[in-house]
Amino acid sequence: MAKKKIRKTIEDINRKIKLGKVVVATADEMVDIVKKLGPEKAAREIDVVTTGTFSPMCSSGAFINFGHTQPAIKASRVWLNGVPAYAGLAAVDIYIGATEPSEDDPLNRVHPGQFKYGGGHVIHDLVAGRKIDVRAISYGTDCYPNREAKKRISIADVPYAMLLNPRNCYQNYNCAINLSNKTIYTYMGVLKPNAGNANYATSGQLSPLFNDPYYLTMGLGTRIFVGGAKGYIIGPGTQHNPFAERGKNGVPLTSAGTLMVMGNLKEMDPKWIVGASMLGYGCSLAMGIGVPIPILNEDMARYAGVSDEEIFTQIIDYGKDYPKGEAKSLGQVSYADLKGGTVRFKGQDIPTVPISSYFRAVEIAHILKDWIEKGDFLLTNPQELLPTVPLFG
Amino acid sequence: MYSKILALRFPKKMVNEPIAATLVKKFDLSFNILKAVIYPRKEGLMVLELSGHRKNFLEGLRYLKKIGVLVEDISHDIKRDDEKCFQCGACTAVCPTGALYIKRPEMEVIFDKDRCSACELCVLACPAWAMQVKFDRSILY
Ligand code: SF4
Ligand code: SF4
Repeated sequence: MAKKKIRKTIEDINRKIKLGKVVVATADEMVDIVKKLGPEKAAREIDVVTTGTFSPMCSSGAFINFGHTQPAIKASRVWLNGVPAYAGLAAVDIYIGATEPSEDDPLNRVHPGQFKYGGGHVIHDLVAGRKIDVRAISYGTDCYPNREAKKRISIADVPYAMLLNPRNCYQNYNCAINLSNKTIYTYMGVLKPNAGNANYATSGQLSPLFNDPYYLTMGLGTRIFVGGAKGYIIGPGTQHNPFAERGKNGVPLTSAGTLMVMGNLKEMDPKWIVGASMLGYGCSLAMGIGVPIPILNEDMARYAGVSDEEIFTQIIDYGKDYPKGEAKSLGQVSYADLKGGTVRFKGQDIPTVPISSYFRAVEIAHILKDWIEKGDFLLTNPQELLPTVPLFG
Repeated sequence: MYSKILALRFPKKMVNEPIAATLVKKFDLSFNILKAVIYPRKEGLMVLELSGHRKNFLEGLRYLKKIGVLVEDISHDIKRDDEKCFQCGACTAVCPTGALYIKRPEMEVIFDKDRCSACELCVLACPAWAMQVKFDRSILY
C-alpha cells in the first residue's frame, strides 16, 4: 500500500481528547464528509468515527458469581428465575446464556412457540435492578455440605456479574426471504410465504465492522460501548471469517468478521441490553454496541466513509435452502435498497423488514461521540488485532 | 399479560354459580367486575375485565363456554409500550394495515393507532413484548 500522507496514532488522538480538541463524526455523518472532502482531507479533519448497532445477538451471556450461601454449597445445577444456568464451574460461579429458555417453557410444542422468558430476560432483569430467584442444587462435599440453596439476588448484591458475549456484531448478514408456501418463524423474524417480505439484520453504514472492513484498528483490548457502559473487544467472535468474498472497497459481501466482547453488567443500562423473544425460534438478548474507529490515516477515512449504496448482502431462502443447509445466494442487494423499503426480486418488489434497530444504532453512535468529545472515553491500542486477510491494492 | 373486557351472559339456572371465583382459583386469572345485572327473566349479564397469562386466559374462556356461558369480547385495543419498544421494525413484517410502519430516512418505527385493526398479529411477533392487548373503557359509558 502506498505511503500514507496522514499519520496519527491512538496517543495523538487521546491527547486531543484530553485537550478537548478532538473532532468526532458518526459513521453516517462520515459518509458525507468523505464525499465532500475526499479521504485525505477528511482524515486531516476527523479523528474518530463512531459506529453503532442494536440487534438481537444470540451468542451472548454473563458470568455471575452469586455469592456463597450458609451452609456453603458447590452448586452443580443452578436456575435463575427458572432458567437453567451453566454451573460446571467453581462453587458459586455460573454462566447464564441468552438463548436458554425457562425450564418449563413449552418451546415449540405449540408452534410457533412464544419463548416468553429466558436467559436474555434474566440478564435484562438483573441490569434493570430487579430481584432474581436463584435455586442451586448439589451433591454435597465435606467442604460444601449444602445440597440445596435458594436465595434472591439483585445485581447490587452479587460480587461479580460480567457480560461475556462469544459472538456479536456480525460484519454482514443474510437478507432472508421465504420461498415456501407457508409462513415461517425464524431467528430473522417472521417470513411470509412466496417471498412476502425480506428481512435484514445489520445497521449498514453505521455498523462497526463495515467501517473497518479489514479490522485494522480493532482487537483484544479495544474499548467500546457495550450495553450502555464501557466494555472491550476481547478477540474474534465464534465464526469470525475474514476470508469471506469482498467487494473492491474491501467490504465483505456475506457474513464475515465477528467480535467477542465483554463488559461489566453492573455498569450497564437496561435500555441497551434487553431480553428478546423471537416467535417460533427462541429467547435472545437485544444488545447495543458501538465501536470507535480511529482515523489514523486516509485509508481509515475512506473505509469509515462507506455508504449504504456500497455495502451489499445476499438474498437467501429460509423456506427451503437454509434449513437444508444448502443456503445459496439468490441475488445481491445493497443496504440502501434494504433501508429504502423494498428490494427487487424476480421482477417483484418485496417489502423489507429490519430486525436490527437503525434508529437506536444512530443513538449509540451519538452517545459514543458525546463521551469522546467530553473526554469521558479514551481510545485504546489493541494488544492483538483480529485475524484478517491481505488488503486489496 | 393479557386483558380483555368480556360480556358474559348466562341462563337463570347458573345465576348462583361462583363463576368469577372459579376463574381466579382454577385459572389464576384476575378480574374486575364492571357491571353485573340479573334481568327479570333471571338471565344474568356480567361485564368484567379479565386478565392473566394468555394461556390461562384461553383456558378460562374454554371453561366458560363449556358450562354454557355466552362470552362476547366487547372491545379491545392495541397499545404500544414505548418504554419496551426498541425500534427494530420486526413488527412491520406482519402488520396488515400499515399501522406499524417505518418513517424514512430516520428509520423510526411508528405506531399509528388510527390505522390499527386490533388483529393482534404484532403482539407475538414483537421480540420485546411491546405491543399489548388492552381494553377500551369508553364503551362502558
Ligand atoms: S417489533 Fe416490537 S420492539 Fe420492534 S419496532 Fe415493533 S413494537 Fe417496537
Ligand atoms: S394489531 Fe394488527 S393492525 Fe394493529 S398494529 Fe398490530 S399488526 Fe398492525
